[in-house]
Amino acid sequence: MKTIEELNFPSDVKYTDDHEWAKVEGDLVSVGISDYAQDQLGEIVFVEMPEIGDTFGQGDEFGSVESVKAVSEIFLPIAGEIVEVNSELEDAPELVNTSCYDKGWLVKIKPDDLSEMDSLKDQAAYLEMLKG
Amino acid sequence: MRYLPHTRQDIEQMLAVTGHADLNQLFETIPDSAKTKTGLNLPDALSEWDLNVEMEALASQNAACGSYTCLMGAGSYDHHIPAIVPYLISRSEFMTAYTPYQPEVSQGTLQGIYEFQTMITALLGMDIATASHYDGGTALAECALIALNKSKKANKIAVSSLIHPAHRQITKTYLNPSEFEMVEIPADKNGLTDVAALKAMDGIAGVAVQSPNFLGNIEDLGSFKAVADEKECLLIASFTEALAHGLLKSPGCFGADLVAGEGQSLGMTKSFGGPGLGLLAGTKKLMRTLPGRFVGKTTDSNGQRGYVLTLATREQHIRREKASSNICSNNGLNAMTAAVYMAAAGKKGIREIAQLNHDKAVYLKNVLVDAGFSSIYNGAFFNEFVLKAPAGFAAKRRELAKKHNLYAGVPLESYYPDMPDHYLFCATETVTRQAMDLLAKEVQ
Repeated sequence: MKTIEELNFPSDVKYTDDHEWAKVEGDLVSVGISDYAQDQLGEIVFVEMPEIGDTFGQGDEFGSVESVKAVSEIFLPIAGEIVEVNSELEDAPELVNTSCYDKGWLVKIKPDDLSEMDSLKDQAAYLEMLKG
Repeated sequence: MRYLPHTRQDIEQMLAVTGHADLNQLFETIPDSAKTKTGLNLPDALSEWDLNVEMEALASQNAACGSYTCLMGAGSYDHHIPAIVPYLISRSEFMTAYTPYQPEVSQGTLQGIYEFQTMITALLGMDIATASHYDGGTALAECALIALNKSKKANKIAVSSLIHPAHRQITKTYLNPSEFEMVEIPADKNGLTDVAALKAMDGIAGVAVQSPNFLGNIEDLGSFKAVADEKECLLIASFTEALAHGLLKSPGCFGADLVAGEGQSLGMTKSFGGPGLGLLAGTKKLMRTLPGRFVGKTTDSNGQRGYVLTLATREQHIRREKASSNICSNNGLNAMTAAVYMAAAGKKGIREIAQLNHDKAVYLKNVLVDAGFSSIYNGAFFNEFVLKAPAGFAAKRRELAKKHNLYAGVPLESYYPDMPDHYLFCATETVTRQAMDLLAKEVQ
């Protein structure tokens, strides 16, 4: 595992206490797991996804990420409807390890209330939490 | 294992260690009311020789296959078991091994399970098979749960009324405390599951069809797959006679999503009804939803071949609270038995045994029809078929058992009340032509 300094935390996304990230892209919000989360999990072998059209509240479990040593539930940073899932992860779940903010995104949602983004942590606050 | 009670000496030694004066003192925490006041009402002790005589006399009162000719199947089949099967599986490494809780030190057991899984997937044409379950009925119930848990909308499972009655009952029992429901698909006049009735059903997560079905008829699984696809639900193929797949197209060929069956035919004795061997297989897409264990093959850091429990994150080891099944155990010794049987028979052998079963069953059906039975269905069957008996057969059947050690057919009325005088016959490779001719002659 890497140290916090070796990990990458972009400033254009928001973070949850459970280590998901969320990024506003037009009308939609992309969701993934942070560099810290993928590093902690290790080699990811499977991502269990919701179906398009499923709706979830803020903080609801919407799937799971399975690595060779553990399975972690993933929670939706803000409430909304699933409009897209990253189908590339079916055959290449390791994209979450190699490109967690880009090719390894998990789902895109149509948010119920975009202002919920304000309840998430920004880069500085998330780093502060990680450093404890 | 011998059972030898403690000697007086053993007891004295134990008391010396625990510091009790006598047995009464040792047991003083047990209330008097819970202790027997009189001695147990048991017969006198016997010598080993006398005991053997006694036990053999008791055992001889059973009418078991071997000394009896059995023309009955209905979920439990009489097959020849090659001598290599009991010889190998009675080795203590196999006989005493249970679930490999310490996989790294159980390489032999793990390899055995791996070979078993590999041969089962080949036999059934599926991607992945579990390390075995209790019996065919529990495997079917587990498959129903997989389909129901997977579906987010439907809460019903459609089960053919021609699936073995016990397997249907087990499935119903599993679903009873849940919010899920089992609905039965009726049979048509040809003794097949009514595909049109299935088409009319809504809100189903899966459809389960047995082939050959309980009446021995071979179902067209392909037409059920088509309906399942239309309804976006899973097709569960079940069976009670594993050897049928030596001759029939595998469930995988028809696109079955899950397969649940009884593996007793693969080298296990009938044992008065159990234990059986639950076979459960699925497609790769469903592998993370299957219950139980899987063994995979890998290489260690030195490049040496090794066997490991795999997909362990799904249930018992890591996320037990998320497990979709209460099955965390397997029928290890029976799975090993099936593996040895299949390896001994080989691909060609299994086909030859299957062919022999079918040929004998065709012969039996022909001689019985000539002797006055009525053929009910004209479709294809494997080693079981239904006939309507001529008048007086019920009494004749009891007489045959007493006089000729021959069990002829399973009466179907208790399973299907609209089928009085209908019997399910079975002929396997163990049945001789003489026995079949004798039955035909006796009922004529």
